[in-house]
Amino acid sequence: MNLRPLAIVYRKELRDLLRDWRTIMSMVIVPVVVVPALILGILKIVSVTMKERPQVMVLGAEGSPETAAALRRLKKFDFVPAGPDYTNLISNKKIRAAVEIPKDFDAAVEGDRKATVHIYTYEGEPKSMLAAQQLEEFFQHRRQAMVRRRLLERMLPETLATPYDIQRTNVASPRQVSGLVIGMILPYLMIVMCLAGAIYPAVDLTAGEKERGTLETLLCSPVARTHLVLGKGLVVLTVSLATAVLSVSSNGAALVFLKSGSAARLPLALDPLALAGVCAMMIPLAVFLSALAVAVGLFARSSKEANTYLQPMLLLAIVPAIVAALPGVEFNYGLALVPILNISLLCKELLTGACHWGHVLVVFGSMTLYAALAVAAAVALFKRESVLFRT
Amino acid sequence: MIEASALTKIFHDRKRGQIRAADGVAFRCEPGRIFGLLGVNGAGKTTCLRLLATILRPTSGTAAVNGFDIVREPEKVRASIGFLSTATALYGRLTAYEVVEYFGRLHGLEDGALRPRINALFETLEMNDFRDRRCDKLSTGMKQKTSIARTLVHDPPVMIFDEPTLGLDVLTARAVLGFIRDCGRRGKTVIFSTHVMSEAEKLCDAIAIIHGGRILADGTLAQLRQRAGVEGLEDIFIKAVEEHA
Repeated sequence: MNLRPLAIVYRKELRDLLRDWRTIMSMVIVPVVVVPALILGILKIVSVTMKERPQVMVLGAEGSPETAAALRRLKKFDFVPAGPDYTNLISNKKIRAAVEIPKDFDAAVEGDRKATVHIYTYEGEPKSMLAAQQLEEFFQHRRQAMVRRRLLERMLPETLATPYDIQRTNVASPRQVSGLVIGMILPYLMIVMCLAGAIYPAVDLTAGEKERGTLETLLCSPVARTHLVLGKGLVVLTVSLATAVLSVSSNGAALVFLKSGSAARLPLALDPLALAGVCAMMIPLAVFLSALAVAVGLFARSSKEANTYLQPMLLLAIVPAIVAALPGVEFNYGLALVPILNISLLCKELLTGACHWGHVLVVFGSMTLYAALAVAAAVALFKRESVLFRT
Repeated sequence: MIEASALTKIFHDRKRGQIRAADGVAFRCEPGRIFGLLGVNGAGKTTCLRLLATILRPTSGTAAVNGFDIVREPEKVRASIGFLSTATALYGRLTAYEVVEYFGRLHGLEDGALRPRINALFETLEMNDFRDRRCDKLSTGMKQKTSIARTLVHDPPVMIFDEPTLGLDVLTARAVLGFIRDCGRRGKTVIFSTHVMSEAEKLCDAIAIIHGGRILADGTLAQLRQRAGVEGLEDIFIKAVEEHA
């Protein structure tokens, strides 16, 4: 195959595409600026929300001054004066929770009588749930302290109330922990960005050319149609991979930035070889998605029609990426043949260090086959008059 | 030289069934002469020219363009032609120079031959004022000049023009017709489709009247007048169409 015409088409199409601000927007601005800014922004909002002191109402405190005073000493809450309309205030998010201490609570617990503290919340409302959790922790600590004091007074061992402790120990290496967390996010991000990056150039270079009338000009040239469509496909692949790489790099940088800040507990220890493996797996996937986007773009009569087909395709690609992240979905040779899902599952295995060469070969082989079929479909469509001159 | 024999193209349409856009079309265009394909909209002119340019494949029949068969040697045919129509637009995000350079490269021209060729074309067509301007910023006349330079960059022996003056203002259309005449003078084989009788009358050395995908009459203007027994090309055209109705 003479590669010169292909290189000429590639250079021209890339130059043409990079002069379009919409390409720059989808390839650079969105993945490098918008997505990390959104993630950082959301995390900042969550962090601010978590630090916010919830407003809480204490009911019946007058009969139990000791407990009420201990509660009020906590800096975690903003206390509001007691009133009868606390349910409305909680429902309308004016306050986050109310705690009702029985009137004779202090006397009851000192007299070994059973007493119940009521916490009123807005079920499912995150700030209300957080306030309730903090109130529960306060009362649990007081109860434990009380039990310890009583046992001490009666000269009884502490193990009478707590016969044994439960301790959880992580045996997975930091790389495995990181791999599990990042293995769920990274393939999803790469799949979505690969396809999102491919859609605009694929539509512009196929259906867009039909609309603008430049396709017929191009078909007058002596270059074989296979070279023309492969040149276009290579440009789409370049933009797709560039979008994915830029997106992963910028989000990775955002993660490192977070780690140096408030979210220092985030695991961040990955095997460079596993990361290289993930990147290698993305190549047949990107070829597959780019060729599919080109084939769809060629089939469509207009850019609008192409986008109508490709937007659901983006959703279809997201589903297997999400399925792979679900608990209980593990790699097997059946799933290794399902495009996109196989890549997601394998990447999870690669990043947690649990991967076998057999899995790598099956997934790489099947994805390469799908990619080749998608390229063949795009080439075949480009040779069909009924598709090129579809009106 | 273009020689079409029994050139047929059938399209399949779900609603209308089979459409014979070109039905046994046969004609011969000589080098140095301008051959006009005259027909109303939908007569089959564009299909015939697209078949000659190998953009479409014939259902049956064939044609030889510059000695190359359109079915067996489509790439050699395309290397021999310059095809200009209202459907062959320019890349809006490339400059006039880049468009012409791109097509020169697609035709296999190397830098050493390409640069002087483009410079000469830009000089002749008076395009130097806008050579580095993007095509989407060009006026219609400038775009048409750029398209002409694009078709001529590889100096093809055969020129195919599909309604090249459609939608152009009088001055630009006049310049385009002058350019077509010049191609004929320089010994190129020129085929030119139009539905404007006056253009065909002024420009063509030979004319074929096409209607419903079939050639109804062809020859020089004098021959057509003699056979039809009427003087004006419009009358000749109407008579040919009515006779075959």
